[in-house]
Amino acid sequence: MSNAQSAALRLEGVSVDYQVKGRAQRVLQGIDFTIGRGESYGLVGESGCGKSTAAYAILRYLPRNGIMRDGQILIDGQNLYGLDSTGLRTLRRKSVAMVYQDPGRALNPSLRIGRQLQEVFELAGVARSEWPARVAAILEKVRISDPQRVMQRYPHQLSGGMQQRVAIAMALASDPALLILDEPTTGLDATVEADVLDLIVQLRKEFSTSILFISHNLAVIARMCDRVGVLYAGRLVEEGSTAAIFRTPRHPYTAGLLRCLPQRGRSKNVAPLATIPGFLPSPGEITTGCVFAPRCGLATDICRIEDPARETLPDRSIRCHHHDQTAHIANVDVPGIVLEQKAVAKAAVLQLEHVSKTFRQGSQAFKAVTDVSATLHAGETLGLVGESGSGKTTLARSVLGLLEPDAGSRILIDGTPAAPELKARPLDQVKALQIVFQNPDSALNRSHSVRRMIGRTISRLVGMSGRNRESRIRELTNQVRLAERYLAAKPRQLSGGLKQRVAIARAFSGDPRVVVCDEPTSALDVSVQAAILNLLAELQATQQVSYIFISHDLGVVRYISDRIAVLYLGQLMELGPAEAVFSGPHHPYTEALLSSVPSIDGRQSDRVKLEGEIPSAAQPPSGCVFQTRCPRKIGSICETEVPESRLIDQEHTVKCHLPLAQLPKAVS
Amino acid sequence: MSDVGVVENELGRDIRRVLSSPTFAIGAVIVGFWVCCAVFGQSLVPYDPYADDVLNSLLPPDSEHWFGTDQLGRDVFSRVIVGARDILTVAPLATILSTVLGTALGLAMGYFGGWIDEILSRFVDAVLALPTVIVALLALTALGASTITVLFVIGFTFAPIIARTVRASVLTERSLDYVAAAELRRENPLYIMFVEILPNVIPPILVEATVRLGYAIFTVATLSFIGFGIQPPSPDWGLSISTNYGLIGGGYWWAVLFDSLAIASLVIGVNLVADGIQSTLDE
Repeated sequence: MSNAQSAALRLEGVSVDYQVKGRAQRVLQGIDFTIGRGESYGLVGESGCGKSTAAYAILRYLPRNGIMRDGQILIDGQNLYGLDSTGLRTLRRKSVAMVYQDPGRALNPSLRIGRQLQEVFELAGVARSEWPARVAAILEKVRISDPQRVMQRYPHQLSGGMQQRVAIAMALASDPALLILDEPTTGLDATVEADVLDLIVQLRKEFSTSILFISHNLAVIARMCDRVGVLYAGRLVEEGSTAAIFRTPRHPYTAGLLRCLPQRGRSKNVAPLATIPGFLPSPGEITTGCVFAPRCGLATDICRIEDPARETLPDRSIRCHHHDQTAHIANVDVPGIVLEQKAVAKAAVLQLEHVSKTFRQGSQAFKAVTDVSATLHAGETLGLVGESGSGKTTLARSVLGLLEPDAGSRILIDGTPAAPELKARPLDQVKALQIVFQNPDSALNRSHSVRRMIGRTISRLVGMSGRNRESRIRELTNQVRLAERYLAAKPRQLSGGLKQRVAIARAFSGDPRVVVCDEPTSALDVSVQAAILNLLAELQATQQVSYIFISHDLGVVRYISDRIAVLYLGQLMELGPAEAVFSGPHHPYTEALLSSVPSIDGRQSDRVKLEGEIPSAAQPPSGCVFQTRCPRKIGSICETEVPESRLIDQEHTVKCHLPLAQLPKAVS
Repeated sequence: MSDVGVVENELGRDIRRVLSSPTFAIGAVIVGFWVCCAVFGQSLVPYDPYADDVLNSLLPPDSEHWFGTDQLGRDVFSRVIVGARDILTVAPLATILSTVLGTALGLAMGYFGGWIDEILSRFVDAVLALPTVIVALLALTALGASTITVLFVIGFTFAPIIARTVRASVLTERSLDYVAAAELRRENPLYIMFVEILPNVIPPILVEATVRLGYAIFTVATLSFIGFGIQPPSPDWGLSISTNYGLIGGGYWWAVLFDSLAIASLVIGVNLVADGIQSTLDE
């Protein structure tokens, strides 16, 4: 057992049940894996696969109705479930630490950062006189440049990225043998996420800590982990070296997940995205055969009868009867129609002229959006990208009339000026602009049925009633591929993807000209995301609707958009055709955004790092708003003069002082 | 498939969960007992609660008069049972009135915000600063003591408290996107408040109303005790205590104790029900 002794974490046949309504439901089944010293291990899978349950089981921190049925967990050679409460406390204090998804909730809001970090040293029995120095030292380790100042702050005074650094510092303070990171960058912006990931990579070199990295984001895992385990419905279906599994997935589920991602350079005009048909089974639903069989393209009779045993291959272990055939389906492109985009008619549906929005709080003014002008043509998608706080959502809401833009802003719908206030707009203009919100749980009234939500919108916008309305409801639900049996359902009875389909049906009720899609897939799993993106592309092709598509996921934006607008601190830094914006020459900010996206092949080109944090919109920097963080700043001209939006190519404008020849380009 | 399921009735599920809570069950049994007394008491009691029998006044409890008799020889047991009737009419009606008013007020404050909220909130704060009993005394002196006045006074003074709870819940709902979606199909404010938002804030309203019911019972009893509430010859508990408390010094404890226990048990019962509902909905 020398191997077990040296492993930081070892799971042997771990099964976990949740007791729900008196019945045991199996959520983890026979999980085996080992994390060696200093190794970084990734657990991937869609939501509901059991990732977090695994993390809680490893901390022996399962919810009250969670029971570990089988197997054992060894941390640092100690049998976790054999420990008494003193032993468990010692283990949690010294050997294992966890960093949660939302640092804002993991830190105590009423304690200063310095005080919170001290607690760790207090528990470790460090002499009181050493605390401040130790706290400052650990903050420096996580690359916080001014530890003394940060120690005086409360958590809410720090940005999300800083909070997560503090949480990581707290976890590392006791120099644990095992660090569990549960979706540590999911709530963060792309550029911040990249910084935090860089930090973790560097820390791995300095500390000998082993890492269990849990994420739904395959690209993040590809970048961070030596080995990876793919979880599906509580089972570890494939496990092995990251490079091998992501290059040649052998399990059909792994292969399916990888193909769902919008690939580089692929757009809606080329091919629809691959999806995984069907739904994740609920715990305990599938009792015989392979859990993935109902959704698997390779499934045969044996898959439905016999649960595949774990098979060990040279570079991985796998649970699949037909893993030798996966390669064949993996390369076949998705069956389905390639949507022929009709030649984009050049009629302008929506024109924004000098749109600004200022929020006022007392005497302070926050310029959330400043002087944005853009035109949207029929059947076209305008992607809106930028970090959080860049004004994407404010701009969209101002256009819709949910927020009243500043005086001087002009919004034209089909060439007719629209009143700034929604109430003052005629019905035609209200119908013309609709929205699919980011979070369907918030966008759908949880007390109303699907039929009622769609039906009411039809009666208000189109004025239909009775049988006409009923047939229109059915037409819409067919268009969004929502089975009729869901019409009577309430939102909580639907999965995330189905909810978003209801929201899309509602947005399309009044035959809109423009639909704002505000991060419509950010709350969804990749396979569901692919299906929703396909649906949006299809609706666009058949109905010539235009989209304003807001997303922080550049892969998604690239797939769906014809043109892209890049916002920074409420200003339009760049606007142009999607391909031109991605390939360059582009704005230095666009360059930084693009380079922060981890790629699935794990290859990391030299990243353009942004220094510092996004300045406050209350006191925007002088001159170019990006000058405080710009890696390509020329000099004083950037600080004193606001750059013009220059046309650098057909329909491609960039707001930067750099001469055209010096604007950055993507390295391919 | 995981998300098809039977279209389960949500309200039904909530009700089942509430019913299975032991706290709720105990409270419901107590309250149910008093409700039965209020409804059927008159026809079940052994003696007429209003009948004087001066020859048998102030008898201690025995097998004939379980709770003894009062100064006028009336059977205390029968009076306690029938005494549930008036308080269990006035207090719930007052609570309903305050809940309806408070909900409307809270919806308007939370939905419109701005100066409407500002003005209404100051008004609510002002009402909350006044002790209910003092307001009731003033109103009852001005308007004359009657059950209807008691009902309206409690209804109006409790409404602001409900309004505050409703406002807080509405503020949360107001920021959700389904309200924006309703605005994007040009619904009027009344529709948004009552059809979109109201169903989602029912649980906190229900809890607050049940808690208020406990206080309403207490207030009605207090007002009756000081002579401004339910009027004689009703066998109301507060009134009976007020009539008989002078006798305690003479050792005639039974004329007061059982009415006091009745009030206490009803208030405890209602509060247990409120706790049961709250803890189930909080889960």
